[in-house]
Amino acid sequence: MEKKLPKIEIIEKYCKGCHICVEFCPKDVLEMKGFYASVKNLEACTSCMQCELRCPDFAIKVTNE
Amino acid sequence: MAFDYDKWLRPGKLPHIWCPGCGHGIVMKGLIRAMDTLKLKKEETAIVSGIGCASRLPGYIDCCTLHTAHGRAAAFATGVKMAKPEMNVILVGGDGDGTAIGGNHFIHACRRNINMTYIIMNNYIYGMTGGQFSPCTPTGHKASTTPYGNPDPGFDIAKLAIGAGATFVARGTAFHANQIDKLIAEAIQHKGFSVVEILDDCPTTYGRRNKYKSVIEMMNRLKDVAVPVKAAEKMTAEQLQGKILTGVLYKEEKPEYIEEYAKVIERAKAAK
Repeated sequence: MEKKLPKIEIIEKYCKGCHICVEFCPKDVLEMKGFYASVKNLEACTSCMQCELRCPDFAIKVTNE
Repeated sequence: MAFDYDKWLRPGKLPHIWCPGCGHGIVMKGLIRAMDTLKLKKEETAIVSGIGCASRLPGYIDCCTLHTAHGRAAAFATGVKMAKPEMNVILVGGDGDGTAIGGNHFIHACRRNINMTYIIMNNYIYGMTGGQFSPCTPTGHKASTTPYGNPDPGFDIAKLAIGAGATFVARGTAFHANQIDKLIAEAIQHKGFSVVEILDDCPTTYGRRNKYKSVIEMMNRLKDVAVPVKAAEKMTAEQLQGKILTGVLYKEEKPEYIEEYAKVIERAKAAK
């Protein structure tokens, strides 16, 4: 069965490029693309929500349906 | 499932003013989660603040909010609570606002044991006004007004609150984001004056003067120095050198001010 991937929404309008989500992601899912955070490897995401929890700028939303 | 912060935020206010990597946003999220867990009503919750970076927090949250004079959050909040005892009153502020300019208000609110919650975001510096040293800046650390190192020892806010008579004192850090909402929720539920100190990072005015290379390094420092109270019981004094205890540090039941004041009114009426 194919693994259902979570949806990671990064609101660039709110992102201040602090690197917190990139550094504290245990699965190395995110990367910095220019100024903003972006998704590099969605397959590895376990929806642990660390990025959403730690983002000081309300810029990441992880949804898992 | 993503937590819906939007229902607690005032529309159109984001992005907030805090610098990239500032932990105040993490604390605000923790506070929102705590209020949501306790199912507080917006019209029965008042968030009161003084002046400073941390004191900008009430502007973003959609409930009753009050942004007051520097250091005077406790005084205004006492007024709110006395007039409307059914309100959940939460005070927010930084270390400079709470322990220097508002130091007197803070200790006397602790002494009175009035049923409110004070969240102090301790980033060791006055961030908004340009990085002057605060009473929490550790000895030897640099600020814009102590370029050769701060000669003063820093305050331990938790010990200060316990000494002044607060009946619930807890400490968390911006790194331990999961714990923040639990500590705040427990503090709000406590009957009496509760203080939650959250160790925070200020990369802009504190970090760059004290040779922290990045926000991540500051966050990792919080991770390294924090020791949960239960783990600390099994550690020796040597192992605890330079560590900071986190979790619920102190809790006791004491007569609450609003109830005691009501008794005074009763006695005054009976004395006629």
